[in-house]
Amino acid sequence: MADIRIALVGNPNTGKSTLFNLLTGLNQKIGNFPGITVDKKTGFSKLPNQQIAEIIDLPGTYSLYPKSKDESIVFQVLADQNNPSHPDMVVLVADATNLRRNLLLCSQVADLGLPMLLVLNMTDMAQKEGIQIDADKLAERLGIQVVAISARKNEGLEKLKTAIANTSKVCTQVANIDVNVFAPEAIKAIKAKINTTNDYYALQVLHQHEHLTFFTTKEQEEIEEIEKGNDFESSKVQGAETIARYRYLSTILKDVVVDTGAAKKFKVTDKLDSILTNRFWGFFIFIAILFFIFNAIFSWSAYPMELIETSFIWLTDMGHAHLPDGVLTNLLLDGVLAGLGGIVIFIPQIAILFALISILEDTGYMARVTFMMDKIMRKFGLSGKSVVPMIGGIACAVPSIMSARNIESWKDRIITIMVTPLVSCSARLPVYTLLISLVVPNKMVFGFLSLQGLTLMAMYVISIVAAILVALVMKFIIKAKEKSYFIMELPVYRMPRWKNVVFTMYEKSKTFVLEAGKVIIAISIVLWVLASYGPGKRFENIEQKYTTIESTSTDSVQLASLERDKAAEKLENSYAGILGQTIEPAIKPLGFDWKIGIALITSFAAREAFVGTMSTIYSVDSGDEDTATIRNKMRDAKNPETGLPIFTFATSLSLMLFYAFAMQCMSTVAVVYRETKSWKWPMIQLVYMTAMAYVASLIAYQFLK
Amino acid sequence: MKLSQLNPGEQGTIVSFTDLEMSVKLMEMGCLPGEVVEVERFAPLGDPIAIRVAGYQLCLRKSEASVIIIQ
Repeated sequence: MADIRIALVGNPNTGKSTLFNLLTGLNQKIGNFPGITVDKKTGFSKLPNQQIAEIIDLPGTYSLYPKSKDESIVFQVLADQNNPSHPDMVVLVADATNLRRNLLLCSQVADLGLPMLLVLNMTDMAQKEGIQIDADKLAERLGIQVVAISARKNEGLEKLKTAIANTSKVCTQVANIDVNVFAPEAIKAIKAKINTTNDYYALQVLHQHEHLTFFTTKEQEEIEEIEKGNDFESSKVQGAETIARYRYLSTILKDVVVDTGAAKKFKVTDKLDSILTNRFWGFFIFIAILFFIFNAIFSWSAYPMELIETSFIWLTDMGHAHLPDGVLTNLLLDGVLAGLGGIVIFIPQIAILFALISILEDTGYMARVTFMMDKIMRKFGLSGKSVVPMIGGIACAVPSIMSARNIESWKDRIITIMVTPLVSCSARLPVYTLLISLVVPNKMVFGFLSLQGLTLMAMYVISIVAAILVALVMKFIIKAKEKSYFIMELPVYRMPRWKNVVFTMYEKSKTFVLEAGKVIIAISIVLWVLASYGPGKRFENIEQKYTTIESTSTDSVQLASLERDKAAEKLENSYAGILGQTIEPAIKPLGFDWKIGIALITSFAAREAFVGTMSTIYSVDSGDEDTATIRNKMRDAKNPETGLPIFTFATSLSLMLFYAFAMQCMSTVAVVYRETKSWKWPMIQLVYMTAMAYVASLIAYQFLK
Repeated sequence: MKLSQLNPGEQGTIVSFTDLEMSVKLMEMGCLPGEVVEVERFAPLGDPIAIRVAGYQLCLRKSEASVIIIQ
């Protein structure tokens, strides 16, 4: 459909994504590179010559030698001509304020022999800092078009589109360094073996072939042979290449860049850093920001969430009133719609969280957080970069686990993925609030702190402490594949790009609804079936029994509660009820009965199913179904044998701890599988979390009952 | 002398590296022999450190800074 495919390549923090958004507008989608779980952002743009360009945004990287999973995709796509994303042309985006380092990648890409052009982005900032760049001279020396733009200010976009349209299909770049000198014999052998004429491609294959998926096992072995036969030392050659490239770039940039304001450049950033990463204020400000985020997630979302809830209730009521009675209607309203409501309700919280996180990232503050936290996190087997997924875990573990991709070290990344689901996510919130309001008195401590609020906060603190302790244990169990390291750019502080913030918010919410939504709806339907049908003739017998009572009984009290009694008995005899009763012996020591057992089973798909399940099950013992809230119904629930309330303090606390630790989220299991590409890690996670939940609940209940 | 021995505000010129693998990563980020580095600040807990090199700010752990030999 597109006439030309263009890849955007560049260092991190160069405004590449902003440029991508500008070029493609809302006309973009996020997919996957085949076989690899790296987000592939593509979009379309119309060029001045009426051609349609398909644009691919590749992950930011400092060089073609990848350090993280995300970065490895860049070389794969650029080098492999059979890759479905292989571009016809490369647009290399460089930060004009730091040209030399950015051109390292440019010179590597140029050597791969693809048609390309160079974009100097952030030229407005460069000018402010007193950096003058002679773009014409640079273009002449590199042999490619050089376009100066400012994506932030939306300047130079048309010029860039014209330049793209004018780029020749043949490579024009001037040859830069001679890579042959690094390993002449090995390069020659590889060129013959894989049938290429490109020296640099051959050299890269020598370095990276273990990670390249497009070679067969036989080819891999042969490449390995060549490597061994020529004593190819990857690190040494890489170092020599980098030095040679920088030396070459120094000659290229001579008289091209005139820097008159180097000292001015960091003035604002320095001042901010001296406060924001201050020995004392640094952590204080960070904690204050966390509190602000917490508060925003709960208070700003209250109104839209209420609105969504009422709309869904209204929709369900309307459906029941106007659709013909029957199995299909029930499935649609009580299965699909109920499941859908359970997801949609979380959109406000997720959107707010992602907006705030993307502001922190965009301004450069998040990099400082990882800088400040690294020493603490390292003690527990994590890295400073684990802070971002763990904070995100407060909203939802699914996108947070995906964001762990930019942690370079394999061990740090696995541990982060393993403990992130322990951080109390927004799906646990309704469970906590319901149970807390049930057993914790609504009193003030010291006159201004709400006891219920403090309990809620305690649940979050417990979850974070648990995550850190588990990380510590895993630090000693998991063997490291490579050395963990932490070399990271600290970008200068900038104002957030509001358009990007809105975009991230929209994009993440959409992904959440689509990814989690599929699973939750599927499970809701299965649960609805399990709860609505029973084995053999049990349901028929119940129907018969109640029809007889209805026709013979004169007891008005009995008649009034007839429908509810019938529903309750049906639930008890449904597949779900039978399942609950089957697991009752196992959960009795935790203080749970078979009804809570059903909720535990339904919650495996998604924790938020708890409240819905509870409201169905406990609609039984209350006086009037229509006016009683779930909370009152549960408060009035009595154990039929002893006559004592079911939701005592001990049971409720035990239940909260169970929800805090147990892995009850299909979406998380699925995403961990996707990210680690093996069932080993999600299964370990499932087992350890459930075991932890069981033990914690057992101890809590046995001590408190 | 190692880069990790400098205090905030002090600077030196990179001479060489003691770890080959780490040196490749550092050089890609612009820490080349001959380049002047200045220690900007320490993280609140004393580690990692933020340095200025080749016109931008980089942070790295002290253990990583100790592979950089400076003058």
